[in-house]
Amino acid sequence: MTAKLRVTWLRFATAALALMVSGAPVYAQETVKVGLILPLTGPFAPTGRQIEGGVRLYMQQHGDKAAGKKIELIVRDDGNVADATKRIAQELIVNEKVSVLAGFGLTPLALATAPLSAEAKIPQIIMGAATAIIPDRSPYIVRTSMVTNQITVGIADWAPKSGLKRVVTLVSDFAPGIDIEKAFSERFKASGGEIIEQLRVPLANPDFAPFLQRVRDAKPEGLFVFVPAGVGSIFMKQFVERGLDKSGIKLIGTGDMTDDDILNNIGDVALGLITSHHYSAAHPSALNKTFVADFKKTNKMRPNFMGVGGYDGMALLYKALEKTKGNANGDALVAAMKGMSWESPRGPISIDPATRDIVQNIYVRKVEKKDGELYNVEFQTFNAVKKP
Amino acid sequence: MKTPLTNSVVSRALAARAHWHPLEILFWVAAFSSIWLFPGKYLILTEIALLALFALSLDLILGYAGIVSLGHAAFFGVGAYAAALLAKHELVNEPVLALIVSGLAASAVGFVTSFLVLRGTDLTRIMVTLGVAFVFRELANQNGWLTGGADGLQGVTMQPILGLFRFDMFGHNGYVYCLTVLFVMFLLARRIVNSPFGLSLLSIKNNPLRASAIGINVNFRLVAIYTIAAGYAGVAGALLAQTQAFASLAYFDFDRSADLLLVLIIGGTGYLYGGLIGAFVFKFMHDYLSVLTPQYWPFWIGLLLVVIVMIGRERITSWTLPFRKLGGRLDWRRYRKDGA
Repeated sequence: MTAKLRVTWLRFATAALALMVSGAPVYAQETVKVGLILPLTGPFAPTGRQIEGGVRLYMQQHGDKAAGKKIELIVRDDGNVADATKRIAQELIVNEKVSVLAGFGLTPLALATAPLSAEAKIPQIIMGAATAIIPDRSPYIVRTSMVTNQITVGIADWAPKSGLKRVVTLVSDFAPGIDIEKAFSERFKASGGEIIEQLRVPLANPDFAPFLQRVRDAKPEGLFVFVPAGVGSIFMKQFVERGLDKSGIKLIGTGDMTDDDILNNIGDVALGLITSHHYSAAHPSALNKTFVADFKKTNKMRPNFMGVGGYDGMALLYKALEKTKGNANGDALVAAMKGMSWESPRGPISIDPATRDIVQNIYVRKVEKKDGELYNVEFQTFNAVKKP
Repeated sequence: MKTPLTNSVVSRALAARAHWHPLEILFWVAAFSSIWLFPGKYLILTEIALLALFALSLDLILGYAGIVSLGHAAFFGVGAYAAALLAKHELVNEPVLALIVSGLAASAVGFVTSFLVLRGTDLTRIMVTLGVAFVFRELANQNGWLTGGADGLQGVTMQPILGLFRFDMFGHNGYVYCLTVLFVMFLLARRIVNSPFGLSLLSIKNNPLRASAIGINVNFRLVAIYTIAAGYAGVAGALLAQTQAFASLAYFDFDRSADLLLVLIIGGTGYLYGGLIGAFVFKFMHDYLSVLTPQYWPFWIGLLLVVIVMIGRERITSWTLPFRKLGGRLDWRRYRKDGA
């Protein structure tokens, strides 16, 4: 048994070695396979569908060829289960021989796959997850979504200057939530604000009632909220049902809460809400107008920040392939991605060569009604914000 | 003077129950040949082996002792977190040893909670087991300093198996490891259910009152099998944590317990192979459909399950009837017995 095992293992090792030594066939290949792993079923399915929509739209607009190579997309559903993400990534690398892994809607899913991209030396493009530490976990991770402590910059600076000095924070109890709580508090205090209470709510099936009561008792001027995409609308409804909107407590947060995809479903209760984020479907640029119109046409929904994350992730891959003249080797691609800068529907963006993280403008926005639809209208811009 | 006679009758009956059917041998030969036949499929095969072991665990209590559980994932999760924590904090570095320790940890939890399932009917047992799983999930969620909370336990590095075989990226060694553990655990389970203890469990399943009337200590036996089954589930969980080098709250999920019942419904309970066959059919279906249609596969899987239940399990086993007849013809012991 042991002897046989060792023989088989040896066979594998030699095969792997042969694959590594003969880097040439990888160059010569005419197709670049991209494994897109997303939560397409379950509670985070909207995140996955937005990203997939963005990716497919980019390929539709720019053709399925980059630097002469055909881009082949392989889409898989991980149902927001981290061990499934990892298993699928492994299968895509081993069986499908993908050159690039992409997607990753939530932080645990991205982190679970990080050791694989490091071992296989394959670029891992993060299109959704936002926790600050993600790119540190593998030298092959590049991010086109956003960073938690980057998107809080706008609102944490804006609030104290607009008279919201005493604030309660409320976040979901998981890594990005705690990240955001910390980032917001630090920046907010530095700008002259005061945090009177910090509340953390469970990630799954949250009931906000007891927390909202505590907010009411604390009598703050403002309430800063971060909850994952999708939960935001539940929160807003409870906020209004409990009459907190009339008690003089101003609701502020990051743009996840007024996500463009669901904003219209939240309804008029969201009017006047102030958030900071990196993308709004109302961003005034020609590129964004085409992006929104095309996205609506092909996907039957309005793009949100996840959609643009997928779109830009694909843009990054196309641009990197053009720079390497079609060489899909992991090291070459990541080297090409570092420092890349281009115009996205969200505004000018670039990849920080030091951290492999995205550098982008952060906008402070207010929910307004335009042509019968709700939009986040940008009114203040913080230029080229890096991960602090 | 009657005692020796009955004893020999009983032991002969037990031996007859325990003899290896040729189809069983064929089954395991096929299982092990998959190592060489499907080199690109190790990861899904590993998942099948793990699910099979997990289903075997539920079969021990459901098929042999009649305890319905909707919270079996509790032990799976405990085993998984135990294995991941042992590796992460370098308490037990050697995976096989860590596997045993994790199994024992899950057994301990099974022993403590077994007293909760002694009372009541199927319905109360479903509620209690479900509750236990929720409690453990929440414990893991709240104690983020230990378990990593909702983000999962990151930064686990596994040492080579027996100090020799590294968990490679292709999943080859991981699969051989899991399959071997499954086989060993299966042999053990086979021994258990064919022992007098196993027979007494069956009598408890059929009629607990009557079993206690003929002198079987019902509670003691239920506690024992529940503890053993928890250990099995713990080993399955530990194997998953070891092959993935990761543990997450999803291991405790209700879905996992519910899927497990489905696996047993597909494969059939009370003959050990039900879990193994069910695991294969379920995972294969799952994987095939989710690759085919990543967005809508739950619909097809739901439809197929309804169809399977409508056709009925009896018929599924009846599909194998020709094979079983063939197997019976191949059984050399029968001729030997006739000759004797």
